[in-house]
Amino acid sequence: MMSAQLKDVIIKPDAPSSLLLDKHADYIAAYGSKKDDYEYTLSEYLRMSGVYWGLTVMDLMDQLQRMNRQEIIDFIKACQHECGGISASIGHDPHLLYTLSAVQILCLYDSLDAIDVDKVVEYVKGLQQDDGSFAGDKWGEIDTRFSFCAVATLALLGKMDTINVDKAVEFVLSCMNFDGGFGCRPGSESHAGQIYCCTGFLSLTGQLHQLNADLLGWWLCERQLPSGGLNGRPEKLPDVCYSWWVLASLKIIGRIHWIDKAKLQRFILACQDEETGGFADRPGDMVDPFHTLFGVAGLSLLGDEAIKPVNPVLCMPEDVLQRVGLQPDLLS
Amino acid sequence: MSTVEEPSSEPLGVKEQKELDAEVGDHFGDNYGADPTRYILYRDRKEWADLEPVPQDDGPNPVVKIAYSDKFADVYDYFRALLKKDEKSERAFALTADAIDLNAANYTVWHYRRVLLQALSKDLREEMKYITNIIEEQPKNYQVWHHRRMVVEWLNDPSAELQFIADVLSQDAKNYHAWQHRQWVIQEYKLWDNELDFVENLLDEDVRNNSAWNQRHFVISHTTGFSDPAIVQREIQYCLNQIRKAPHNESAWNYLKGMLQDRGLSSQPGLLEKILELKETHCSPYLLAFLFDCYEDALESSFQKENLEQEHKETLKKALEICELLAQEKDTIRKEYWQFLGRSLKNKYGGDGPSNEETKPADTQEAS
Repeated sequence: MMSAQLKDVIIKPDAPSSLLLDKHADYIAAYGSKKDDYEYTLSEYLRMSGVYWGLTVMDLMDQLQRMNRQEIIDFIKACQHECGGISASIGHDPHLLYTLSAVQILCLYDSLDAIDVDKVVEYVKGLQQDDGSFAGDKWGEIDTRFSFCAVATLALLGKMDTINVDKAVEFVLSCMNFDGGFGCRPGSESHAGQIYCCTGFLSLTGQLHQLNADLLGWWLCERQLPSGGLNGRPEKLPDVCYSWWVLASLKIIGRIHWIDKAKLQRFILACQDEETGGFADRPGDMVDPFHTLFGVAGLSLLGDEAIKPVNPVLCMPEDVLQRVGLQPDLLS
Repeated sequence: MSTVEEPSSEPLGVKEQKELDAEVGDHFGDNYGADPTRYILYRDRKEWADLEPVPQDDGPNPVVKIAYSDKFADVYDYFRALLKKDEKSERAFALTADAIDLNAANYTVWHYRRVLLQALSKDLREEMKYITNIIEEQPKNYQVWHHRRMVVEWLNDPSAELQFIADVLSQDAKNYHAWQHRQWVIQEYKLWDNELDFVENLLDEDVRNNSAWNQRHFVISHTTGFSDPAIVQREIQYCLNQIRKAPHNESAWNYLKGMLQDRGLSSQPGLLEKILELKETHCSPYLLAFLFDCYEDALESSFQKENLEQEHKETLKKALEICELLAQEKDTIRKEYWQFLGRSLKNKYGGDGPSNEETKPADTQEAS
């Protein structure tokens, strides 16, 4: 058998091999108050999502109480615009991405009454296009990510019936490719992140039976490289965030056992930084809250008992969704 | 879910600060004395003295005072001041360029720039030059590509697009944003004619480029389609040629399977023989998987048909051997998947064999 010139990483023998939850909690708790000010400033345009990543991973580690609940709720209030949409930060424009993140945060805190929920619903509904797709904001970018954001937001608010679900489903299904995967628009290359959004979407709309689960499951398990890590599409390097997008998708379609769990776990653990806490995209790189959430969430899906169970559709703690009363479908 | 980032996309790490910024002087045409390239903070520019800068607000009860770089803070303080005033002026437009230069992922700045482009009736050709430069510097950013699309739409002129995207792809042939933009331009303006050639050139350079394979499928499905047997034959030949060059190529095999699966892999005359031939010299887990798919399709066609029982049994045996080989030796990382396939096949087609009641892994379910 000819060996492939595969893109992959090599995990060094001294890479972290045990889970350093305390360090990760300290990292997140201190994030934004440390001297890495420039990075924090540069990411202001996604702050709402950044807060969602931080809070969610802290809750999964049972450390939510270390975060500033009231300040965050006040921050979200200040980010809701007249149109009902919510922005990434104060002074930024509203967008579906940050509207979802805000709603997710308020669910974590059981404080949906902090915002005008009806206006949020109106905002989301207003972004649906004639072909069923969703724009991210008034400027009209169409992407299946936004289809997911729309239904996830409405599902958490119990208001899915306010949009044209059939049309929304029709659009997402039109993005299904010849390899069973999904891209951002019809014809776009299959990509693990988009696949996560589309399988999550189909779960929330009760349409998972429309998938070819075996074909998609195979495409997804083909993301696993010899290092054990997962990539997002063929011939790309592994990245811890794909460990979430791919793994959660497999869980949703009932085929998570097609991944070599031990090897993936080894890869994820190797992405930790023993000094600073947090996870990086791949071993040895700089950490950030985004990859920290997905590293921990991935380990939760793999069954690590030190972490709370995470819901694969919404990337939120299961106990929060139980409280909300939302149990999206999964294939068995 | 929030932002889906490409790996190593927008750098959240420290960005080098520019010491000099000649463009700023050009925007205003003011005389900055002896050195026109010296960057002046907005708070020190007399023509901005009428505006009260708005400092960063991290919320009603900010946890900590954050120390930004001086230039960054200055530009964004004045950006916020402009937003607050809803000022639509040339100086505002010029400032958006500085703001973008410091943080091209800030979508609110791009929105504002677009509002100004329209309110001030700015020259959109100039804007095309501008966005071209920005994308060349930061090609993995949703905002810059969406901005370009809007300008192309406003101008209704796609004439520079295919070449531009080709340039970007020559730096990174898999840039997801570039490919989406390319698909949009081609579909919107019906620029299909040379795209198959373009794809072939890219595949000549890197036969493992999954984006190019996807584009190949995109072009053919929207032009000739895949129903013509001559087209299918041509594509099969093309795939097999590429596979000979680089056997361990997921994309080529996915494409081949994707193209044929609806009509049935075993329906292609001579294909199985070609695959078996390739197996001797250019084997890979993908080839074996494809071979399995061919056998499975053959079993489907010959199921419970008289006179085919012996053939059916042999095909089943060969298919199961492939699963064993992959699970135990050639692709052990996906052992669970290959064993699942073997079990499913046995359950469906192995009716008169020995009992198949083996222990299955606890969380495995059968295929229908």
